[in-house]
Amino acid sequence: MSEPLAAQHPAPRSTPLRARHESLGASFTDFGGWMMPVRYSSDLAEHHAVRTAAGLFDISHMAEFLVTGAAAVGFLDYALAGRISTMRVGKAKYSLVLADDGGIVDDVIVYRIADERFLVIANAGNRDAVAAALAERAGRAPVAAAFADGPFEGVFGLAAATDAARIEDVSDELSLIAVQGPLARRVLEATAGISDASPALEDLGYYAWSSASFDGVPLFVARTGYTGEDGFELLVPNDAAGPLWDAVLAAGQPLGLVPAGLAARDTLRLEAGMPLYGHELGRDVRPAQAGLGRAVAADKDDFVGKAGVTPPPGAPVLVGLVAEGRRAGRAGYAVTDADGTRVGEVTSGALSPTLGHPIAMAFLSPSALDAPVFIDVRGTAIPATITALPFYRRNS
Amino acid sequence: MTDIDALAYTAEHEWVAADGATATVGITDFAADKLGDVVYVDLPAVGVSVTAAQVCGEIESTKSVGELYAPLSGTVVEVNDAVVDDPSLVNTDPYGAGWLVRLEIDPAHLDGLLDRAAYVALTEADA
Repeated sequence: MSEPLAAQHPAPRSTPLRARHESLGASFTDFGGWMMPVRYSSDLAEHHAVRTAAGLFDISHMAEFLVTGAAAVGFLDYALAGRISTMRVGKAKYSLVLADDGGIVDDVIVYRIADERFLVIANAGNRDAVAAALAERAGRAPVAAAFADGPFEGVFGLAAATDAARIEDVSDELSLIAVQGPLARRVLEATAGISDASPALEDLGYYAWSSASFDGVPLFVARTGYTGEDGFELLVPNDAAGPLWDAVLAAGQPLGLVPAGLAARDTLRLEAGMPLYGHELGRDVRPAQAGLGRAVAADKDDFVGKAGVTPPPGAPVLVGLVAEGRRAGRAGYAVTDADGTRVGEVTSGALSPTLGHPIAMAFLSPSALDAPVFIDVRGTAIPATITALPFYRRNS
Repeated sequence: MTDIDALAYTAEHEWVAADGATATVGITDFAADKLGDVVYVDLPAVGVSVTAAQVCGEIESTKSVGELYAPLSGTVVEVNDAVVDDPSLVNTDPYGAGWLVRLEIDPAHLDGLLDRAAYVALTEADA
């Protein structure tokens, strides 16, 4: 027997902004193998700031891959669930990495940088799984000709490459900062050092990106986010992350922007009905179960997961639950029918800071959707109402 | 202003202010910070008997659920209705307006609790 590679759980990593978070008074949590700010002072205040003004998030833990070359578009059409070939340059698209059986390996955002150049942003905790999936898929028959020298499985940096296509993990070189909230655009327009945005931020649509510069450094500005508000995600080389963070904070604080941690990010995305991998998404979840059928281009000729993408009959479906009072269902709590029989399980839940009542997402048996349901909150059956997602929608 | 050096503590992060046979109980600032913003407290009713080291209530934040352990055996003689109405008092004033319950206790049992120095040492080992 050989020793396992390094440790099963290596020490969590820190982003280039760690010292700034500490000086702002953050407490930290291990998320996806990274020590990330969970809150700076009050997670409720941070949540409300994002809904009413703006919040600044360090999300540098997320993983970034560049897929380039003449064969890149064909590769991504095969490797991902969505149709990438019809994306226009300048746009972003939510997509899924599926396993052969149709289960979800990760959810990602794809940005078309140029005709033959794509950025794929994946979850931190799934970086290895996505890298391995992309490298392995590069070796499969439908696309292998483009990767004749590959795949090079599990190698960070270069995952697979030839003249026709190249998959590169650039996560360690780049930092990602999110500015989210109704005043996010005003904050960025007031930020010293940000210039040359093309298109201008006022003309940038949702799920589109703009190239800009920050003090002479290339700055990638995407109008995407994970809060249910208008907002931007800024991708820069690691060396520029600290100065960019400082500049956005300085420009934003007079407008009400505050640094915000993962606790607020979680309640914000929950209110917006956005799934979190490991909660609403996983290897045993088919996209349609989680309401993500729209992210699958089932009529594509071939793509990984196509054969298994239809959920089996009777598979649980993701729903929203709302309740009265203040006691929230939490991930893992049982959902029951009026007889106390288990019909599902909560995947995420909290007392909604914006709405003031408990909200939850849960997988329920389809047969349970037309009758009263209850959340078992540590032995107390709390009546819940099944509702469409999202719980919260911004006025736009 | 409560003199936190004069309080007694438990390893479960409760504080106890004893006045004869009456003990006021709350959770420490360390526990409140760990929980995050408290949004709900579930306290035992007046007249209920509680047993030392047994769960007697719940404190929920946006992110998690904490259990309230009775620091001492006794009978609940008063509950802080203000903190039930406004659970954020646990965060903003954990040793004052954020107190939780008052118990009638046997003062002899206070000897089993931690003093401030011992409690701080414990939290530093935890941190």
